[in-house]
Amino acid sequence: MGDTASMVLAVRGLTRTFPGVRALDGVDLTLRAGEIHALLGENGAGKSTLINLLTGAQPIDDGTIHLDGRAIRPKNPADAAANGIVAVYQEITLLPNLSVAENIYLGREPTRFGLVDRARMRREGSALLARFGLSIDPALPLSAFSTAVQQLIAIARAVDMSARVLILDEPTASLDSAEVAVLFRLMRELAASGLAILFVTHFLDQVYTVTDRITVLRGGKLVGERLTADLARLDLVAMMLGSLPATESHLQRRTAVAPGDIVVQVTGLGRRNLVSPFTAEIRQAEVLGVAGLLGSGRTETALLLFGAVRADTGGVLVDGKPVTLKGPRDAIRLGFGFCPEDRKLDGIVADLSVRENIVLALQARQGWWKRVPPARQRALADDYIRLLNIRTPDAEKPIQLLSGGNQQKALLARWLATRPRLLILDEPTRGIDVGAHAEIILLLEELRNDGMALYVISSEIEEVAAYADRVLVMRERRQAGMLTGAEVTPAAIIDAIVRPVDGEPSGRAA
Amino acid sequence: MNTPAWFAAARSRLLLLAIVLLANVLVAPGFLEVRLVDGRLFGGIIDILNRGAPVMLLAVGMAPVIATRGIDLSVGAVMAIAGAVAAATVNAGHAWPVAILAALGTGLACGLWNGVLVTIFRMQPIVATLILMVAGRGIAQMITQGRVLTFTDAGLAGVSSASLLGLPLPVLLALAAAIGTGLLVRGTALGLFIESVGTSPRAARLAGVPAPALLIGVYVWSGLMAALAGLIATADIRGADANNAGLWLELDAILAVVIGGTSLYGGRFSIGLSVLGALILQGMRTCILRSGLPPELNLLLMAVVVALVLVVQSPACGPVLARMTARLTRRGTA
Amino acid sequence: MRLDARTLPLLITVGVFILLYAACAVQFPAMLGTRVIGNLLTDNAFLGVLAVGMTFVILSGGIDLSVGAVMGFTTVALAVMIEGAGLHPLVAFTIVLAGGALFGCGVGAAIHWLKAPPFIVTLTAMFLARGAALLLSTDSIPVRHGFYQTLSGLSLSLPGGGRLGLIALLMLLAFLAGGVLLHFTRAGLKVYALGGNSRFAGLMGIDTGRTTILVYGFSSTMAGLAGIIFSLYTRSGYALTGVGVELDAIAAVVIGGTLLSGGVGGMAGSLIGVLIQGLILTWITFDGSLSSWWTKIAIGMLLFIFIGLQRLILHFSAPTGRTG
Repeated sequence: MGDTASMVLAVRGLTRTFPGVRALDGVDLTLRAGEIHALLGENGAGKSTLINLLTGAQPIDDGTIHLDGRAIRPKNPADAAANGIVAVYQEITLLPNLSVAENIYLGREPTRFGLVDRARMRREGSALLARFGLSIDPALPLSAFSTAVQQLIAIARAVDMSARVLILDEPTASLDSAEVAVLFRLMRELAASGLAILFVTHFLDQVYTVTDRITVLRGGKLVGERLTADLARLDLVAMMLGSLPATESHLQRRTAVAPGDIVVQVTGLGRRNLVSPFTAEIRQAEVLGVAGLLGSGRTETALLLFGAVRADTGGVLVDGKPVTLKGPRDAIRLGFGFCPEDRKLDGIVADLSVRENIVLALQARQGWWKRVPPARQRALADDYIRLLNIRTPDAEKPIQLLSGGNQQKALLARWLATRPRLLILDEPTRGIDVGAHAEIILLLEELRNDGMALYVISSEIEEVAAYADRVLVMRERRQAGMLTGAEVTPAAIIDAIVRPVDGEPSGRAA
Repeated sequence: MNTPAWFAAARSRLLLLAIVLLANVLVAPGFLEVRLVDGRLFGGIIDILNRGAPVMLLAVGMAPVIATRGIDLSVGAVMAIAGAVAAATVNAGHAWPVAILAALGTGLACGLWNGVLVTIFRMQPIVATLILMVAGRGIAQMITQGRVLTFTDAGLAGVSSASLLGLPLPVLLALAAAIGTGLLVRGTALGLFIESVGTSPRAARLAGVPAPALLIGVYVWSGLMAALAGLIATADIRGADANNAGLWLELDAILAVVIGGTSLYGGRFSIGLSVLGALILQGMRTCILRSGLPPELNLLLMAVVVALVLVVQSPACGPVLARMTARLTRRGTA
Repeated sequence: MRLDARTLPLLITVGVFILLYAACAVQFPAMLGTRVIGNLLTDNAFLGVLAVGMTFVILSGGIDLSVGAVMGFTTVALAVMIEGAGLHPLVAFTIVLAGGALFGCGVGAAIHWLKAPPFIVTLTAMFLARGAALLLSTDSIPVRHGFYQTLSGLSLSLPGGGRLGLIALLMLLAFLAGGVLLHFTRAGLKVYALGGNSRFAGLMGIDTGRTTILVYGFSSTMAGLAGIIFSLYTRSGYALTGVGVELDAIAAVVIGGTLLSGGVGGMAGSLIGVLIQGLILTWITFDGSLSSWWTKIAIGMLLFIFIGLQRLILHFSAPTGRTG
C-alpha cells in the first residue's frame, strides 16, 4: 500500500456540503498507476459527489487532491481534462444533435487553415472506435445509434482525452455482455499502460472480474479500502449496506401486531425492459420491505404499483377486486400514497409552502372545485408539523428552505393527510440527519401498528430487517425471493441479494 | 396567500404605481380630480383604468399561462380575430348579443387550439402560440377583407362607451374579470394546482394533479380574456381594424405579468399583481403623453422597469439584494 | 445522403420552394426571368441577413426579439451620423456594426448572468433599441450622400436583364460567411453543442457563458448589417423600420428546418426559408386578385406544418429509451 511511487491520485479529507446535508464528509481515495479501482456504495453514498469534485463539476468545500504529487483544484470539467482527469457519466452526457466524430472531438477539434478538419476527425475517430470493436461511420449523427453504442463512444472520447485518470461512472448499465467484455479488455490495456482507472458499478460480478482494489462509501463517509482479492462478496455487501454505528440505537425489533387482511395483491406485474413480472401481497398492519442493490429494479416495482409507469403484464387486486392503474390519479383514488426516491425532483414542490405541500395530494384527490378550506389547511399543516415534529418556524415557509429530513416528513404528511390504505416509500431515510432518521422509522412502526399497509424500499438492510414483517428481494430487475418471519435477518437478506443468478454472470438486465 | 413574501411584493408594486401616479400629478396638476359628467366619471385615474382595460384583461389571462411555464404570444392576434368576428356578425344583421357570444366563442376556440398544441402535441408554448400569432392576424384580415370593418350597432359599441355607476364598462369588465379570475384560482384549488405544475411538473403528477386538463384550461382562459379585450378595442373605434387591433399587446401583457412578479420559468403568480403591472405600464404611458415629453421615452422607461425586475428576481442577484434590503431595514428600525 | 432528423426537414423545405416556384412559373412565366430573381434577392436582403444571425441564436437554444428594433435604430443612427454629423458612410457603417456587436454581447451577458429567459431579455432590448431610435428622430431622414448613390449603382448584370445589386450580394455573402462560421469552424460547433444541451456542453468543456455572449453579439451585428442594407435600400433612416421583422426572421429560420428548441438545423435552410416568404409575397403581387392576408395565413400554415413535421420526426427517430 505504501508505494507512493505508483500513486497517481491522492484525495484526502474531501468534503462537500449542501444546505442541510453533508454529501461528502472527509473522504480519502488513492488511485495507483496500473490499477483498476472500484468505487462502490448505494445512491446517496457520495459517489457522484466525489466524481463531480474530481472533475470540477462542483466546487470543493474542504480537502485536497494531489495528482502525481502536485496539488490541484479543478475549476471546471475543461480544467480537470487539461490535468488529465476525465469522467464518463452514468447518464450519457454527449450531444445527440452532433455527429459521432464531433462528439469525440468537441472542444479539441483538429483544424486546418482555421477550419475544422472533418476528414481528419473522421479518420482518427474511426481508428479510435475500432479499438472498441465499433466499425461505424463517425460522420453519422450520434442519435442514429443505440444507447450501448453511444455509451462506448462516450468512453472512447474519455479514453482519448485522459492522460492520467479515467473515471467510469456506471458505464455498463446499457451494454450487453460482449460489449462489457470489450470494455474490460480495454480497461486492462489502459491500466497496463499506466493509467489509473476509477470504476463505479452496481454489478458485483464486474467488480470481481475487473478491479484490483475497492473503496466503499456510505452516507458520504469512507467505509474502507480493500484489495478485491481479499474481500469476500458477503463482506463487501455488508460494507455497502450495513448500518453505521450512530443509527443502531432505534433498531430494536418491536413486537409486530398480527397482520390483517390482504389489501393489495400484485400478480405478475411487470414491464418489458424495466422489470420482470413480480408477485406480492401486502396486508393491513404489515410492512413489506423491498431490498436489493441499486439498479436491481426495486424502485421500478414501486413505479408500477403506483401507476407512475404503466405495466404491460400482470395486474393488481385491491380487496380482491381487479383495478386499473393508468396513472397516479387512479392509485390515489384507491387509497395509495407514494413518497419517491428523488425528493427534490419528484417529491417536493420547491416554491410552495409547507402547508401547500402537505395539502397537495388531498386536494388533488378532492378535485379543483372543492378546495380544502384555509382554516382546515392550516389545521392540517399545524397538526402534522406537531405530530411529525417537522422543524419549521411556521407552515408558510417555502419547503425548499427546510432540511432534507423535514422535507421528507412533510412529504409523509402529504400522504398521511389523504389517510392512505397503502403507503409506498422509496428510500424514506436517505440523505437525512440521524435524528430525523430515527423519527421516521418510529413513525413507520406506528403507522403499521395503526393498521396501515406499508411498502418500503430501502438500502439500509439492518433497518429493513428491524421493521419489515416480510422482505421482497430484487436482483437484476427480477424478483429473487420473499423472506418471511424468522428469515428476516440482515444476514439472510444480504445472502439473498448476493446469491448469483444461474447462467447470467453480468451485463444488461432482462 | 397572506404570506409576508406576497405582502412585500404587493407593497413594492403599489409603491411603484404610487410613484407613477405622483409623476402624473406633477405633470398634470388636475390629474387626481374626478368629475361626474352626464352620469359618467371623468378624470386622470379613470382614464388610466379605461385605457389600461385591454392589457389588464390580457394580463389576467396571461398570468396563469406563464405560471405553468408557458407563454401565449397569440393574444394580440386573437383580439383582432374576435373583434373582426363581432363586427362581421352585426354587419350580417345579427343582434349584438349574438356578436358578443360569437366573439367570445372564437376566443375559446383559439385558446383550445393553443392548449391542444401545447398539451397533446407537446409543442413548446412559445412555438405553438407563435403559429396563431402569425396566422391569426391574417385570418382577421380575411374576415374584414383587409378593410377597417365599421359598424353602427349601438349595442356592440356600448361595450366601450356604456357606463355603470359612473364607471366606463371596459373598466368594470376588466375589474370583474380580474376579481372573477382571482376568486376562481384562489377560491378553488386551481391556483395551487397551476403553481405546482409550473414549479415541478413531475412532483405535481405524482401527487395526482390533473396536469393536461389544467394546461388546456389556462390557454382557453387566456383566449377568452383576449376575445373580451378584442371586443373592447373594436367597440372603442366602432370598427374592426385587423391590422392594428391588439398589435404588440401580447408583449405588454407579458411585461405586466413579469412586473407583477411571476417568473417566466413558472411557479408563483398573482392575478392582482399582474393587474397592478398593467396599470403601472398604462400609468407610465399616460404620464409621458401628458408631460409633452416625446412618447418614445415610454419604450425606454418600460425597458428600464423590466430590467430592474429581472435583476431583482435573478438567482444571481436576488439573494444579494435581499441581504442588502434586510441590512438597510435593520438599520432603519434600529 | 442519409434521411434523418437533420436532413429531412431541409429536403422538404427545398421541395416546397421548388414546387412553389414551379406553380408560380406556370401561372406567370415572367417569374422565371432573372429580373424577378434579382428583385427577390434584393427585396429580401435585409430579412436574409437577419435570418443569418437568428439561425445562430435559435441553434444555440435561444431567441432574439430585438433584431428588428436594432435594425431600425441602425437606419436612424446612420442617417443622423451621415446627414447630421457629416461622417463618411464607411465610418458610420463601422460604428454601427461595432455598436451592434457590443449591444448584443450585453444582451447575451444579461441572459447568462441573470439566468433570465432570452425571450424577456431580448424583448427588453427591443424596447430599448426602439425607444432610443425614436429619441434620435421620429421622422424619416433621407440620406443624400454621394457615396450612397455610388453604392446603389453597383450591381452585377445577370443574363436576361436582371441585376444583382450590392445589397443582394451582401446578403449572399452574409449567408456564405455565416454558413462557413457555423458549419466549418470550432465556434459553429460550440453553438450546436450549446443548443443540444447546455449542461452537457459544459461537462464536455465548452465555455457556455462565452458562447452565449458571442451568439447574441453576432446576431446584433447582423441586425446592424441589415440596418445598413435597409438604409441603402430606402436611402433613408426611420425609427419604425422593421417593426415585427423579427417574427419574419424566426419564421424563415423555422421553415428552413431549424428546430426552435435548438441544436438542429443549418444555414442553407434559412436562406430558402427567406426565399419562400419572398416568393409568396411576389406571387401575391403578381396575381393582384389574391389578398395580402394570405401571406400571413400561408406562413402560419407553413410554420404549423414544419413544426408538426419536426415533432413527428423526433418522435419516430428517437432511439429506444434507456430504462433504469
